[in-house]
Amino acid sequence: MSTEPLLQLDGVGIHLGGRQILSDVSFSVHKGEFAAIIGPNGAGKTTLLKLILGLRPISAGRVIKHQTTVGYVPQKIVIDSDIPLRARDVVSLGMDGHKLGFSLPSRSRKEKIEQALIDVGASEFADARVGELSGGQQQRVLIAHALVSRPELLLLDEPLANLDIRSEQEIVTLLGKLAREQEIAILLSAHDMNPLLPVMDRIIYVANGKVASGSTDEVVTSEGLTELYGHPVDVLRVRGRVVVVAGD
Amino acid sequence: MTSGPVLVALLVGGIAAITSGIIGVFSVLRTQSFAGHSLADIATTGGAAAFLIGVSQFWGFLLMGIAASATMEVIGVQRRRGRDVATGVVLGGALGFAALFLYLGTQRTSTTGASFSILFGSIFVVSPDTVPGIVAAGVVTLVAVALLGRRLLLTAISPDLARARGVNVRLTGVFFLMALAVTVSLSAIAIGAVLSTALLVGPAATALRITRSPVKAIAVSAAGGLAATWLSIWLAYESYYWPPYGHGWPVSFFVVALVLAGYLLSYARRPRRALPPRSPHEGAECSPA
Amino acid sequence: MFSSLMFTGLMANTWIAASIVAVIAGITGFFAVLRGETFAAHAIPNGAFAGAAGAFLLGVNVIWGLAIFAIAGALGIGALGSKARHDVVTALTLVLMLGVGALFVSWSTEYAEQAYSLLFGEVYGVSGGEVWPIAGIGLVTVAAIGLAFRRLMLTSAMPEVAEARGVSVRGMEIFFLVVMALATSMTVPVVGALLMFSLMIGPAAAARSVTARPGLALALSVAIALVITWLSIALSYRTNWPLGFFVGIGGALFYLIGLAARELGATRAPAQTA
Repeated sequence: MSTEPLLQLDGVGIHLGGRQILSDVSFSVHKGEFAAIIGPNGAGKTTLLKLILGLRPISAGRVIKHQTTVGYVPQKIVIDSDIPLRARDVVSLGMDGHKLGFSLPSRSRKEKIEQALIDVGASEFADARVGELSGGQQQRVLIAHALVSRPELLLLDEPLANLDIRSEQEIVTLLGKLAREQEIAILLSAHDMNPLLPVMDRIIYVANGKVASGSTDEVVTSEGLTELYGHPVDVLRVRGRVVVVAGD
Repeated sequence: MTSGPVLVALLVGGIAAITSGIIGVFSVLRTQSFAGHSLADIATTGGAAAFLIGVSQFWGFLLMGIAASATMEVIGVQRRRGRDVATGVVLGGALGFAALFLYLGTQRTSTTGASFSILFGSIFVVSPDTVPGIVAAGVVTLVAVALLGRRLLLTAISPDLARARGVNVRLTGVFFLMALAVTVSLSAIAIGAVLSTALLVGPAATALRITRSPVKAIAVSAAGGLAATWLSIWLAYESYYWPPYGHGWPVSFFVVALVLAGYLLSYARRPRRALPPRSPHEGAECSPA
Repeated sequence: MFSSLMFTGLMANTWIAASIVAVIAGITGFFAVLRGETFAAHAIPNGAFAGAAGAFLLGVNVIWGLAIFAIAGALGIGALGSKARHDVVTALTLVLMLGVGALFVSWSTEYAEQAYSLLFGEVYGVSGGEVWPIAGIGLVTVAAIGLAFRRLMLTSAMPEVAEARGVSVRGMEIFFLVVMALATSMTVPVVGALLMFSLMIGPAAAARSVTARPGLALALSVAIALVITWLSIALSYRTNWPLGFFVGIGGALFYLIGLAARELGATRAPAQTA
């Protein structure tokens, strides 16, 4: 890993709707690193991601983005099953969907799209309607959409939510592969860290408006989380899985 | 102002308003306002067909509406995403036929103005021999609602609960749609097929904003619709003396304007308040974050 | 069966204008269906009807009345946002627009034919003076959609990502509604306010049932709209039956054909990559 972080947050605070959602958030993500923002629903994970994308105002601290292309993968897209958009078309929008005019077909475009589809294992259903794909299949297509612009940092908003266990594992494996082989930094949010333990380099644990960042062993301990939550919490390790339980 | 046509207008308008006001409340509670809109478009075709055959347009509105409502229940028209396109296109076909019938009818009878009166109402020229039919239709509908009222409310709150209590939800639904069809035809003869949904939707929605009690809402809705309609008849009569002179403004215009005004006034009484939850409306597009 | 006289005189205007209208309707309808904004295709023509009736009353070229009221309506809908859009106020306002149109129509002396042709279309509905504005508006509409094509697609399919990439979803929505207003002002004189939905949405809905490829769906949408329009004009000329009748039937028919084709195709496996 290079020493210069792609993304760095220093003492960032988020104040929205009259509430202090998060304060003093500090962490960094390096090239090829797999980082996960873990926390219960409503903790502010999505808000944090949107803030990094520049879609939410920062009320304190700063966000430093090293000159990187950032790819964004939303949790899902809402598309009717009869809308005429194939998986392939969604990926093609990732190349230049934000520009004016329309794109002329070219060989290099086609190849890049094809490659992205292969990378995520979506070639099989590339010509199916996006609205008819399963949750896991759609997630792959959205990742390909982000990949095709050759990002160095990939941001994913709860990619594992609403997926069955098998799809969950497939997506995690895929993301881990992207981090290792293509040296893309991955930053995603999730409410359960267990599926991610095999691939996660860094955990950013969000609770009680605060954040603790580091390796899983460093951060996910009974003492550490008790301090974070502000009330007794036990961390149990059962056959390689982590269970966080509220104490008395 | 006590001449024959005006009295007939007040009677027909009154029946239309009261029936629409009452059925309208049920239709909003059952989130079936969309069905009312569809029936209105189909009623247009029926009215035009009646005109072509040479019968009073009320029968056209009525028969077409009832046939359509029976079919709708059989097909199971629900308000679901993607259904809006299907329904819209099919209704377009129905309106196409309305265009044809109106044209052929005008050719056949060489009367002008029939199109306008079918589409936008002809309350001052309702032929006296249809009046008994209109009154009968109104009375039958109101009696039906009186009998079915509680079941309609129950099925609106929870179809499963109603079934558990032994109510035939399907049959109740069919009866209601038919009542809706009859109501639409009453409203159509009063203010025209194209504008008929105003009487059905407006007073009911206004009443439901002012009160949560269904019984009170029904009373307020019927009263409001009646007031709007009678006021409109009077205004239309007076408008003969307004510019452009000698023409008179259409009753239907006043009705729609007053109904909207009434709804907006209800905001003054009570700021924005949520209505009973409705099913996702057709055409809801992808919602951005 | 169809004499060549059909292409001369006033009818020449109709063919030219109607072809432009069909192309625009097909393109606009494609995006309306893609974005799920078919409600606007019901709503905007109602406002346009009032504007046209008013323009006719004032003796002004009807197109301007259509365009101004349609754009005002589009901006109004855009300002409301999607929740309020389905509120009672909107429904009542739409009906009020029709009522206002009826009012204006009732003030003129030719009110019967006027109401009829504005609502149901008119094969001679395009006078010589209207062809140029229609061509102009058509050109502007095509250029605008061409420029915004990719952004329209992106904001339609993935609004969150679009925002992340700096494309304003709200801005594109207003843009599209205004485009639809322009398309409305061209379409209403030819097929009528009540049948515009059939010409705009019918072909697009049929196309999307048949193919998953957006480029092909767009082309099909335009092609079907053209076929419906041409057939309707020819048949209307021949039988003297109203144009709106053929358009309404045509739209419904092609839509049902599209559905049937989809059902039949559903027995095959989903398309595999080459």
